Amino acid sequence: MSGLALNNVTKEFGTFTAVNNVDLTVPHGTFVCMLGPSGCGKTTLLRMIAGLDLPTGGAIRLDGDDITRVPTHKRNLGMVFQSLALFPHLTVGENIAYPLRIRSAPKEDQKKRVDELLSMIHLSGYADRPVSKLSGGQRQRVAIARALSISPKLFLLDEPLSALDAKLREAMQVELRQLQQKLGITTIVVTHDQREAMTMADTVVVMNRGEIRQAASPIEIYRRPADTFVADFIGSTNLLEAEADSAGRVTVLGQPVAGISLGPNISKATLSVRPEDVHLTAPGDGALSGTVTFVRDLGGTIETFVDVAGRQIIAVSTPRARPDVSVGQPVGVVLLPDVCVVLAK
Amino acid sequence: MRRETPQRLADYGPLFFPAMMLIVFFVVPFATMIAVSFFQRQQGGFYVPAFELSNYQRFLSLFFANVLGFSLMLAIAVAICCVVLAIPFTYLLTRMARKVQIIWLVALLSVLSLSEVIIGFAWSTLFSRTAGITNLLVMAGLMSEAKALLPSFGAVLTGMVYQAFPYTVLVLYPALVRLDPTLTEAARTLGASPIKAFFTVVVPALRNTITATLIMVFIFALGSYLLPQLLGRPQHWTLSVLITDQAIYQSNMPFAAAMAVFLVLVTLGLVALTVIAGRKGEAA
Ligand SMILES: Nc1ncnc2c1ncn2[C@@H]1O[C@H](COP(=O)(O)OP(=O)(O)OP(=O)(O)O)[C@@H](O)[C@H]1O
Ligand SMILES: [Mg+2]
Repeated sequence: MSGLALNNVTKEFGTFTAVNNVDLTVPHGTFVCMLGPSGCGKTTLLRMIAGLDLPTGGAIRLDGDDITRVPTHKRNLGMVFQSLALFPHLTVGENIAYPLRIRSAPKEDQKKRVDELLSMIHLSGYADRPVSKLSGGQRQRVAIARALSISPKLFLLDEPLSALDAKLREAMQVELRQLQQKLGITTIVVTHDQREAMTMADTVVVMNRGEIRQAASPIEIYRRPADTFVADFIGSTNLLEAEADSAGRVTVLGQPVAGISLGPNISKATLSVRPEDVHLTAPGDGALSGTVTFVRDLGGTIETFVDVAGRQIIAVSTPRARPDVSVGQPVGVVLLPDVCVVLAK
Repeated sequence: MRRETPQRLADYGPLFFPAMMLIVFFVVPFATMIAVSFFQRQQGGFYVPAFELSNYQRFLSLFFANVLGFSLMLAIAVAICCVVLAIPFTYLLTRMARKVQIIWLVALLSVLSLSEVIIGFAWSTLFSRTAGITNLLVMAGLMSEAKALLPSFGAVLTGMVYQAFPYTVLVLYPALVRLDPTLTEAARTLGASPIKAFFTVVVPALRNTITATLIMVFIFALGSYLLPQLLGRPQHWTLSVLITDQAIYQSNMPFAAAMAVFLVLVTLGLVALTVIAGRKGEAA
C-alpha cells in the first residue's frame, strides 16, 4: 500500500506508556492533523515516525517497507520542528540547500532548487540573508522550504505555527494547506489548535493519554464524535445524561423527550448536543423545561445559558434568530433527534 | 535591549569596581614588569632604575628565536589537541543524563585541583621504564621489553594536554549545553548521519566558541614551565622555563621581565590575528 501505516505502535518511557498501541493508516497524499491535550503523546508519535525515537513495540511502514528501525537520515523525510531549528550559521539559501548539500547534489541544481523554493514561499531574493534577520513568519516559511527541498516522501510538522500571532497563523494555515495540495505530499501536523486542524486536515486524529480516540474527517469528528472525550475536546458541546426505561422511553435530565432512541438494550448514555443545535421555545410539551440564567450577546452570536434540573445547557444563536428571552424567564429546550449524538457511557 | 547612554559621571558608577580590579591586578603589575625590563641589573641579584635596551638586545639571538618558536608551536599543538579531543567529549557529555554529567564534571574539577608538580611527577612515573605503562603493553604481549617514553616531546605534549583538558571542557560545556539539541535532530531528518550532522551543524554553529577556546588554551599552555622541565629534554624547554630560570635561579629580573614582555606582545599579536581572521571568515 502506498502511504504510511502504523501497526500497534507503542512507546514506553520506563513504566510510563506515552503512546499505546496506535494503529493508523495514512494514504499517500493525505493531510493528517494530530490533535490532543498536552502530554497525550503527539510529539512522541511524530518523533517515532521520523525515527528520532524508537518504538518499544509495533511497526511503522512507509509505502509497504518496514522502516521501524531505519535511521532517521535514511528515511527521506522533511520535518519542521516547533523551534524551527534553522541553522544559525547558514544563510536562508544555505539552510534550504542543506539537504541537497548533504546528498552531494551538483551546485547548479542546488541553486536552481533554492530559487524555486524561495519563489514558492514568496521570499525570492532572500537567499543571502542570515536567518537571524528574518521575521517569525519568514523563518517559518524557510523551515518549511528546507524540509521540502528534497521532495520528501513524508512531511512532518510539530506545532509549526504555535509561535506566530493569531492573524499570521490563520494565513499560514491556508498557505500550508494549499502548498500541500499542490505538491500532493503525505503530511502529518501536530497541533494544539482545533481550528487549525479543521482548516487544514483531510483526517483529524484525536489522541488522549497515548491512545487514538478517533480518526476521521474534520466534519465527521465534529458531527459524529466517537466518545464523550472527543465530543468535549472538539468544539464546545452540551453533554447530557440520558436514560431509557425497558419500553425504550427516553428521559434526559429526568424529563421525558420524544423521538430520541439510545439504541437497543441501552439504559444509560450521554447525549452530545452542539450549542448551535439547541433550540429555545416557549415552555411546553416535548421540550425540557428550564430557566434562563445568563445571556451573553457577542454581536455575531448570542449565547444563552439555561438551567435545566441543575445542569447548565448552552444555546448559541445568530442575532437574526434571536430567541426572545431574558434572565429568569422559563424556557423550553428542544433537542432535535437528528443532531443529538448518543455516546456510550 | 536598548540602553541609555550614560549622562552624568555617576552613571559610570557600575564600571568603577571592575576598573579598579583591572588596575590593581593587571595594569599595575604589568606596568611594573615593563619598567623593570628596562632596568639595569646589579651583580648579586638586584637591579636599579635605568633605561637600557640591552635586555631586549640580548634577546634578539637565534637561540631565543628558536625557543620562542618552539614555545608557540607547543602551545598551538596543545590548544589544537585539547579542542579536538574536548569538543566530541563535551558534546557526548551534554547528551548524557544529568547525573552522569555531574559525575564527569566533578572528576574534571578534581583534575583541576592537582598542581602542575603532581601532574608532572605522575606522568613521569607513567612514562618511566621501571613503572610505566609500557610494562602493561609488555604484559599484554604487545611489546617485547619495557622502555622509557620520556624525556620526549610526546611526553611534554601529553602532560600539558592532560593539564589543560579540564579547562577546555569547562569552557566548552556551557556553549554546548545551550546548543539547541533539535539542531542536530533537524540535520538528521534532513539526511545527515549523526557524524555528518556533528561536523556540518555542531562544529560550525560553535565556531566563535571554538576560536575563543583555542586562544584560551594556547595562552594557558604558553605559561606552563614545570611540565617541559619534568617531561622533556632541554630542547623542549619553553620560553616560560627560561623566564623562570632567569628570574629565580639567575636572579636576573630585568632580563626575565624583558622576555615576559616580549612573550605577552607576541601572544597578543597572535590573538589579534586570530580574531581578525575569524571576523573576515564571518563576513565572507
Ligand atoms: N524522554 C522522555 N522520557 C520520559 N517521559 C517522556 C519523554 N518524552 C516524553 N515523555 C512523556 O510522554 C508524554 C507524552 O509527551 P509528548 O511530548 O509526546 O506530548 P505532546 O502530546 O506532544 O504534548 P504537548 O502538546 O504538550 O507538546 C508526556 O507525559 C511526557 O512527559
Ligand atoms: Mg508536543
